[in-house]
Amino acid sequence: MSWQENCIAFMTILRKEVTRFMRIWQQAILPPVITTSLYFIIFGNLIGPRIGDMGGHPYMDFIVPGLILMSVITNAYANVSSSFFSAKFQRSIEELQVSPAPNSVILLGYVGGGVARGLVVGIVVTAVSLFFSKLSVHSLPTMVSIVILTAVLFSLAGFLNGVFAQKFDDVTIIPNFVLTPLTYLGGIFYSIKLLPDFWQAVSYINPILYMINAFRYGFLGISDINLGLSFIIILGFIVLLFVINLRLLKSGFGIRQ
Amino acid sequence: MVAALTLSNLKKTYGDGQVALKGISMTVEQGDFFALLGKNGAGKSTAIGIISSLVNKSAGSVQVFDADIDVDFARAKSYIGIVPQEINCSVFETADQIVMNQAGYYGIGRKIARQRTDHYLSQLGLSEKKDVPTKSLSGGMKRRLMIARALVNEPKLLILDEPTAGVDIETRRSMWDYLVEINKKGTTIILTTHYLEEAESLCRNIAIIESGELIENTSTKTLLAQLKQETYVLDLADPIDKLPDRLARSDAQSWTLKNDMTLEVVVPKSLGINSFFETLTNNNIRVQSMRNKTNRLEQLFLEMTDHVSKSNGIKPNDRGNNAR
Repeated sequence: MSWQENCIAFMTILRKEVTRFMRIWQQAILPPVITTSLYFIIFGNLIGPRIGDMGGHPYMDFIVPGLILMSVITNAYANVSSSFFSAKFQRSIEELQVSPAPNSVILLGYVGGGVARGLVVGIVVTAVSLFFSKLSVHSLPTMVSIVILTAVLFSLAGFLNGVFAQKFDDVTIIPNFVLTPLTYLGGIFYSIKLLPDFWQAVSYINPILYMINAFRYGFLGISDINLGLSFIIILGFIVLLFVINLRLLKSGFGIRQ
Repeated sequence: MVAALTLSNLKKTYGDGQVALKGISMTVEQGDFFALLGKNGAGKSTAIGIISSLVNKSAGSVQVFDADIDVDFARAKSYIGIVPQEINCSVFETADQIVMNQAGYYGIGRKIARQRTDHYLSQLGLSEKKDVPTKSLSGGMKRRLMIARALVNEPKLLILDEPTAGVDIETRRSMWDYLVEINKKGTTIILTTHYLEEAESLCRNIAIIESGELIENTSTKTLLAQLKQETYVLDLADPIDKLPDRLARSDAQSWTLKNDMTLEVVVPKSLGINSFFETLTNNNIRVQSMRNKTNRLEQLFLEMTDHVSKSNGIKPNDRGNNAR
């Protein structure tokens, strides 16, 4: 297929994915908005004033970037894993398999869908956060690039989950038992400088820590982590997951007998 | 003329050790209407799966027109339209979305995709239902949608895996007419079906797969000529109590009185049917109507596949239990 035909195939998958999550907006967009609003109310408004400042900023302002990124991460991941698994389950993935669309275009199309949902939810959550916090932007390029790269990374991770999933339960195991704990321990609600040395060291092996800190830097200009290292880690994971997913698609793992 | 499809020594062994294809080789000429017949589990769908990239082959080669699937699978796939055995689309999407998306996957721009989608949905009688989610369509409509989807890239080779399974007679006949029409326009068609009447009336060439092996590959005419005898059912004008002695003792034909108004006769093909009309006239038996007891191809198909199954030590009842 020519470059132009590949673009058409990519846009078709992306459009299909966006249409899919907009069709179920009550399931896809509303719940994360409600959940995050509760975090703002409970941790920010009720408990926050008792905690005081963190990193030189009011507690509410400190947690907002992390909560926005958490909603982006979970939605980008969930969109791709559930959509790809549903396509396998209904066998509609065969529509793509029989077509001449390259595997890279199929992968990018799904990832595009995940990024789109992650960003839509992120924007809505950001809008809601304005009711609770006066958001300031320290570095717009850092903020935008980190949120997009993080959405790409977790869309790729969701795709990997979708490829391996054989039943609906498999799509929820990783988010519940891996993603959520890593996100909560990634410094959304606290600075890792508050932790004892041992737990600080343990925290450094959590990749989400790097994303949340870099994103928070985009808003507040503070970070527990070196910004350059955050970008390297995120890009490294993106390349790794992209290659793995592409190889799995080429081998037909989980979709071809 | 370039062949539309060439399979060479195609083999497939599944992960559980089941051998689905034992090395089949065959060619489908461009413009042909070709039937691929076989019982459940014979290997038809596996062969189609390999051609359409839904199944990985274990060995052999597949060439679609000028494209070898090992060298340029994308080009090979661009020539093909697939109508699957089972409905494989998102139940939440509308017929229009499904066909439009399929066009997009082939890199067809929105404007042309729109024209083709409207055209094929209209041709297959789905225009009024185009905005209805597929879960609300009837079985026959879903089958027609699968055909519209397969045609949107205007394939040179259309492969239909049991496209008329479970649809009513009217829908089946209209689908036959439509397939004949697009074949006349130059599309090569490969059809698998369990309705042998369908294969006999539509297809010019027939291949039969049994237990992963190609046991026949010839023209429909040549295949039917292999029939050694045919069985006819005669509806009588007047009742008869018992079979006349001269009929019962006939060496040329085998007569059976099914009831006082129905006679059955097995006639060697070499004798033709004039011979038994003479016998009937000589015995003052008047016939009101006559029909084949079974479809001719069905009779031959059963003879051939039973023969192979017996050679392989498979009981007739065992077949079909290993369907994939």
